[in-house]
Amino acid sequence: MTALVIRNLSVRLRKGPPLLRRVSLDLAPGEVRGLVGESGAGKSMIGKAVLGILPPSVEITGGEILLEGTDLLRLPPADRRRRIGASCALIPQDPLTALNPSHRIGPQITDRLVDILGWTRRNADARARELLAEVQIPDPDRVMRSYPHELSGGMRQRILIASAFAAEPRLIVADEPTTALDVTVQKQILKLIAGMQARHGTAILFVTHDLGVVSKVCQRLSVLYSGMVVEDARVADFFRAPRHPYSAALLAATPKYTDPTAGLNPVPDAVIEAVRAEVAAFDREVAHG
Amino acid sequence: MLDGRTLVRRRAGLRLWLSAGWLTLLCLAALLAPWVAPKDPLAQDLFLGRMPPFWMTGAEPGYWLGTDSLGRDVLSRLIHGARVALTVALVAGTITCIVGATLGLLAGFLRGWVDMVISRLIDIWMAFPPVLFSILLIAVLGPGLMSIIIAIVVIDWTRFARVVRAEAMAQGAMDYVASARVAGRGRISTLIREILPNVLPTIVVLLTLEMGIAVIVEAILSFVNLSISTDDPTWGGMISEGRASIHQAWWVLVAPLVTLFLTVLSFSQLGEGLKDRFDPVLR
Amino acid sequence: MPILRILLLRLLTTVVTLAGVAVIVFFVIRVVPGNPIAMMLPPGATEADIARLSALYGLDKPLVTQFWIWVSGVLQGDFGTSISTRQPVLGLVLGRLPATLELSVMALVMAVVLGGAAALTGTRYRGGRTEGAIDVANGMALSVPDFLWGLILILLFGVLMPVFHISGRVTPSLDLPFSTNFYLFESLIRLRFDLWADIVAHMFMPALALAIPLAAIIGQLLKQSLKETMNLDYVTLARTKGYGETRVILREALRNAALPTLTLVGVQFTFLIGGTVIIERLFSYEGLGNMAIDAVINRDLPLIQGIVLLFAVIFTAVNLIVDLLYAVLNPRLRHA
Ligand SMILES: Nc1ncnc2c1ncn2[C@@H]1O[C@H](COP(=O)(O)OP(=O)(O)O)[C@@H](O)[C@H]1O
Ligand SMILES: [Mg+2]
Repeated sequence: MTALVIRNLSVRLRKGPPLLRRVSLDLAPGEVRGLVGESGAGKSMIGKAVLGILPPSVEITGGEILLEGTDLLRLPPADRRRRIGASCALIPQDPLTALNPSHRIGPQITDRLVDILGWTRRNADARARELLAEVQIPDPDRVMRSYPHELSGGMRQRILIASAFAAEPRLIVADEPTTALDVTVQKQILKLIAGMQARHGTAILFVTHDLGVVSKVCQRLSVLYSGMVVEDARVADFFRAPRHPYSAALLAATPKYTDPTAGLNPVPDAVIEAVRAEVAAFDREVAHG
Repeated sequence: MLDGRTLVRRRAGLRLWLSAGWLTLLCLAALLAPWVAPKDPLAQDLFLGRMPPFWMTGAEPGYWLGTDSLGRDVLSRLIHGARVALTVALVAGTITCIVGATLGLLAGFLRGWVDMVISRLIDIWMAFPPVLFSILLIAVLGPGLMSIIIAIVVIDWTRFARVVRAEAMAQGAMDYVASARVAGRGRISTLIREILPNVLPTIVVLLTLEMGIAVIVEAILSFVNLSISTDDPTWGGMISEGRASIHQAWWVLVAPLVTLFLTVLSFSQLGEGLKDRFDPVLR
Repeated sequence: MPILRILLLRLLTTVVTLAGVAVIVFFVIRVVPGNPIAMMLPPGATEADIARLSALYGLDKPLVTQFWIWVSGVLQGDFGTSISTRQPVLGLVLGRLPATLELSVMALVMAVVLGGAAALTGTRYRGGRTEGAIDVANGMALSVPDFLWGLILILLFGVLMPVFHISGRVTPSLDLPFSTNFYLFESLIRLRFDLWADIVAHMFMPALALAIPLAAIIGQLLKQSLKETMNLDYVTLARTKGYGETRVILREALRNAALPTLTLVGVQFTFLIGGTVIIERLFSYEGLGNMAIDAVINRDLPLIQGIVLLFAVIFTAVNLIVDLLYAVLNPRLRHA
């Protein structure tokens, strides 16, 4: 069974413009799918919809989100929450703000296991130690007793990764997990996520605006523009021959990491206009039923 | 778009108008007291003691809110009491504001030893229980309107000084002040032309709050029998009498209590309303 | 050692503050017109009687000498003798202190409970009618001072629906087996729940009157800071773990949101203690504040000095404790 299927998901600002336009995508178990697009395209919005953490200012107007066959949007809120807690996890963007400053690290890894999944404290602690070792944190016992402000950004991101894998989720949403880090740390963290993913066989929805990252860790990708999926392709195919003009331009605009001097080619205006027209046509079609 | 915020703002507008309306009514009552009060507030009539207000059985016609234990008309005393209350509110409030805001501005803008001295004074003042301090001052100065005003100024200037000092400090750190100084403007001139206008909204809000507080302080002092001469009707004095005869004639307490409540609430709502008006983020 | 330096500086300013209070109260009350000694003697007293008694209380010496005598006495624990009761000031004041402390702490607890409940409920149902109602109630509670709340409570629950006592600290006819003046505390320890209930029934309304404005401040500040905290990343992350709204508020947001509120509550608590003066008068509660007003009316200079100084000590102590508490509760400071 597929890990995640999103079908025709539409989200809009309450009584305002649409933010997601009939988004569809799917993830096989253990697959990593990249979600790319410029800032504001709605990448995070998709992840938030899946995890049930959409801001109160927006509403879902249609579509379904099937987690291993169950439509999350049809579950009563409390069931949905538990379901998500038990089988999904989030690796957030900014490790500096994603840990609670007044709790120690240990409980922040084990809380879900103990409070939601009913593990014993002892088992949960053992599991946390094991995970911290797996993400290559020296002296896990000391770290578990520390407060977030005592640790570096890279350390904290490792902890958040460990915490995401703690309950062996089927699906992880990684929302630009390396964007806030130093360039030197970025590569290590990326490698770490890829390694963890391979060992645990977790499906990951990998949000990023960096096609270079996609080429390294993803099998498939969706390209998003203004809340609309303009291309859904296998990574190998995509890098050989992108089908949509916008995604082709996006690829062309990405500096080759092999040649950092190449610089950025902005997406040409003509391409932007074409894809905007496409979005407008879509909105007209929706408006006319 | 009529969303929640618009509604909240409308309701806030309504509160502002209601408060302003009540305070205007009070001002009129105070100014026109001899003409609008139905009776002489000091006239006693022992045969008419503790008459209930008009809606109760046994009420005496013409005594709308009943009479106190000496047979004096409660409504007339309320109306005359507004004179003392509003005088104290306006005069004491304004002087406190001027003294406190000036000291706060000087401390926050000039910094250095001026700030040192004023801040230490504020610390010392904050270590006094204000009610006890005011009672003590009245005992020293002797009862009377003047003493009450002096006591309020002496005690409450820190309310302005503390807030204004912090605001002036924040404003002083901003670029526009630096550029004014670079442009060759003197310190005092910068203070008056650049800082003061930006701190003014805060000062006005504090002023309305202080007026409400002044009314309460007067009531508290009358309550402990330390206000102005005991003959003149004051709300605090009426409360004190009402508290004493509470089991026999509760309305003697209710009338000044409700009046005081509405007045204090109006002053603070006025302040809140003005704050919203001034605040560009909320507007 | 920055922490030690900060602490020393704090202690130094505290000493300066207390000294300032001592100077001001000493000289202000000596401007009082009328000789306090003349007032305490029967009408027929001669000049010589007044002079003798003045000498006994040291009131015949120059002001600066009097001040010096008083200060050196205070430093040795001798606060002088009350003129109206002819007993040592320290004993009188310490005898009343427990009543005021119990009242203040009870009011503080009520304020924290009421304000905390308002803030949590408002945050839980934010953006709706419930939050609107809480805001309106908070606004009202905040604008009206404790004195008026006291009167309103007296009227409502003392007269119209008499459920609580409106005067005194305890029913006078009761036999009190207490060895300290901490009645509330001691009745609990001695398991005398009958006495405890009587004392609470006396304290309830004055404490509530003191608590209402502070509860409103706590409610407002805490709600605002809770709502801000609820948008932070770590709270969002906790939601994805399967926690419901209420648990997210209590587990993740409350502690961090409470810290900024705490500093403000410190200052506000000193205001509350200051409020006991008039509230005790209003409810004829036999505490320090009530005694203070009597002392002013009786021109009992040594007693006034002692009480004001004690209040100042309490205020500065509260501020110091809050600062320490803040440092203890904030992990970032604790490890700095
Ligand atoms: N809390 C919010 N309330 C209203 N609009 C939002 C909110 N968060 C994001 N948006 C809007 O939704 C769109 C998609 O945002 P997002 O998913 O964060 O983009 P990104 O692709 O950069 O992750 C943007 O246009 C943004 O302005
Ligand atoms: Mg994003």
